[in-house]
Amino acid sequence: MADAPNIPSEAEVRAKWGDFKWTKENAKTAAMYVGRYPEGRQRSAVMALLDLAQRQVGTDTKTQGWLPVPVIEYVAAYLDMPYMRAYEVATFYTMYNLAPVGRYHVQVCGTTPCMLRGSDDVMKACKNRGLVKGATTPDGLFTLNEVECLGACTNAPMVQINDDNFEDLTYDSMSALLEALATDKPVKIGPQIDRQTSCPEGGPTTLKEMVSANHDYRKDRK
Amino acid sequence: MPKVTVDGLELEVPAGATVLQACELAGKEIPRFCYHERLSIAGNCRMCLVEVAPGPPKPQASCALPASEGQVIKTDSPMVKKAREGVMEFLLINHPLDCPICDQGGECDLQDQSVAYGRGTSRYDENKRAVTEKYMGPIVKTVMTRCIQCTRCVRFAEEVAGVEEIGAVFRGENMQITSYLEKAVTSELSGNVVDLCPVGALTARPYAFEARPWELKKTPAIDVMDAVGTNIRLDARGRAVLRAVPRINEDVNEEWAHDKTRWAVDGLLHRRLDQPYVRSGGKLAPASWEEAFAAIAAVKHGGSVAAIAGDMQDCETMFAARELVSALGGSLLEGRQTGLAYDVSSLAAVAFNTPIAQIENADVILLVGSDLRHEAPLINTRVQKAVRKKGAKVFAIGPEVDLTYKTEWLGDALNLLTRSPKALTDALKSAERPVIILGGGALRYAGAHGAALAFAKKHKIVRDGWNGFNVTHFAAARMGGLMLGYAHEGGIKALAEKAPKLAFFLGADEVDYSLFAKSFKVYVGHHGDAGAHAADVILPGAAYTEKAGTYVNNEGRVQRGERAVFPPGDAREDWAIFRALSQVLGQTLPFDSFDALRAAMAASVPALGVEGLAGYAWNPPALDAKPDGVIADYPIKDFYLTNAICRASPTMQRCSSELVHGEEWLEAAE
Repeated sequence: MADAPNIPSEAEVRAKWGDFKWTKENAKTAAMYVGRYPEGRQRSAVMALLDLAQRQVGTDTKTQGWLPVPVIEYVAAYLDMPYMRAYEVATFYTMYNLAPVGRYHVQVCGTTPCMLRGSDDVMKACKNRGLVKGATTPDGLFTLNEVECLGACTNAPMVQINDDNFEDLTYDSMSALLEALATDKPVKIGPQIDRQTSCPEGGPTTLKEMVSANHDYRKDRK
Repeated sequence: MPKVTVDGLELEVPAGATVLQACELAGKEIPRFCYHERLSIAGNCRMCLVEVAPGPPKPQASCALPASEGQVIKTDSPMVKKAREGVMEFLLINHPLDCPICDQGGECDLQDQSVAYGRGTSRYDENKRAVTEKYMGPIVKTVMTRCIQCTRCVRFAEEVAGVEEIGAVFRGENMQITSYLEKAVTSELSGNVVDLCPVGALTARPYAFEARPWELKKTPAIDVMDAVGTNIRLDARGRAVLRAVPRINEDVNEEWAHDKTRWAVDGLLHRRLDQPYVRSGGKLAPASWEEAFAAIAAVKHGGSVAAIAGDMQDCETMFAARELVSALGGSLLEGRQTGLAYDVSSLAAVAFNTPIAQIENADVILLVGSDLRHEAPLINTRVQKAVRKKGAKVFAIGPEVDLTYKTEWLGDALNLLTRSPKALTDALKSAERPVIILGGGALRYAGAHGAALAFAKKHKIVRDGWNGFNVTHFAAARMGGLMLGYAHEGGIKALAEKAPKLAFFLGADEVDYSLFAKSFKVYVGHHGDAGAHAADVILPGAAYTEKAGTYVNNEGRVQRGERAVFPPGDAREDWAIFRALSQVLGQTLPFDSFDALRAAMAASVPALGVEGLAGYAWNPPALDAKPDGVIADYPIKDFYLTNAICRASPTMQRCSSELVHGEEWLEAAE
């Protein structure tokens, strides 16, 4: 956003990231992405490459990564396109971070289904741990953002932390999740309740006979 | 040729036309913001909605819809009226109600169209969106809250200027138009986005809060900042020209003008010569016209008289000076101030023969020592168009510069003309409309002109129905001067060697005055620049805005401009000065009025009497074609400070320090 907070000054960013270059593996990956597009359409790879660059920055800073201006320029130059065009792409998508983020980028969905199922509680859990919307905690661990629908409404409320979804949250499970992340304990990705992906809670409600063995329902029909 | 029906009127439209163009052909006005004839179609403002059958039962954006056989288009149905009102209401949701303090007021598309097509009142009472100002350079002032995101400026920067530095960042409601990192846009054409902007988001910085459009007296004129002959309109209030804006001329400038054309006009208010001066005791002292004329009359020249024309002279001035010189028995005339000495036995060999408008159809273009972007920005846009739309290939000989399009640089050596690389000859072999453009960087070198002509002959660049041999000049007076004989064998150095006793300098500020140490120098001009410093007598003349005049552009197009304002103080129109002086010198010139002068000029050089292309016959002279050496640099070092007017212009000085020398300008807090 225009009022995006905490972007370091341009001079600082240029000093730090001015000599950004692909790592050896990323150079290969980048070439692979570019190779997917026909001759003359290499610029189409800009989104994949910006993501790759963001991840590389993330690896360097041990965070989820962000896109400093010189890095965007590096990607643009790599694809032989004007800086402005790459910058437009980077600002358009919320998945590209234009300001530094913490190690865990907590994106709480606040769209209607999640809100109805208790995203306010999830947000409260975050606030209670000291997370502030749009900012990074002083220890550099968490960045909190409220986002629009992330497409997991069946499992509402949910958050996305870095590349993983955590679903079916409550105040307690969200607090526990943040605690586990902060103390480097293993966490369970996906639903936080007894449920497999988006299947019904507590086991199947239909086709129950099929759970253990194959069952021919045609015989039941009289 | 599809047949469509617009509001009951059946008409045939050209294949490929859009519904909007069909409506215009039918004489219907379609409101629009994002659509612009010279830019690609964006279709994002939705103001041009019309009802089209067959098609979905909803209004459709006419600018992006191809006209097809049997369409029935309605532009005045209730559905269209309601759609326009709706779009207008949405556009005005975030647009501030600040017309009274907006510079666009009075010439604003949004204002006009909301009166014509809007609802009259708004039903929106939430907060409006506000957007921070973006810095776009010394020419463009921004008030981005007013922006309706039509993206005309973005498309202009990309497609015409070739400088992709303007873009739309962020998304949805937060979308903002900005220059890259809010830095100045490094284009010499940036001023055009002010004209393109349909609202007051991009307005002219030098003109900020200066005037309202209805206060201005508008005069058609011809620009003298370069040799393209941009058609302009001078907007004046009282005695000051407040701005110059382009007029549409498809053959010359389309509807663009570069920043120097637009904003050098504020230089007309500074450093002006408004009274005669006579040098006495080594110092210039103010004098009356009588004293100044007497000082000239006292010179015993014995027929050794010269006239040196500056870069911005109109043909009438040069003709009057020529007549005076020959009446006094002299014959030394020169216009190429900086010492160029190319052969002028054939005007076609030194003109821009491919009409400027045809450059966009060229398929192979060779630039020889030409920094075209700065020598003739509006020819550069044509090349840019040829590259972008028709896939033309551009080769160039000379030091590498950024021309805004993909250029294959062959090297600096001039002998590349005689021994061309294979890539170039191969491209020329299959070329149908090849073009060679010889610039000021090459003309300085002996043999380059001849080699270029030989190259053109060898590769059949001049062929049936196509003349691809071009020379760019960057002085508005050049072609007119050459037609009037302002060219001395061997250039200005040879002329100076003849040591004229009396020399008239017509606004000539680029001359090396040390060559004329022994001459009695009369400077007839409008700015206290280099020429005035060296002069023995200064006669204050009129600038291009202050006199009607005939100008001949690079391609030999004779164009006429009118007078917008009067010269300041005691300054007079140049031709009148020569007429009055001739009387004092006892050789009264045979014209008492401007019309008589024009008639005499037309009798002497008939081509100058007819507006339009002069049509030089193609008979290239045989010249030395053995070029030697390398092109060291280009003549235009600082695009924004090439003549006395722009050197006196605060805006151009700022452009120069900021865009050429990279100094930072801090904005005063408002």
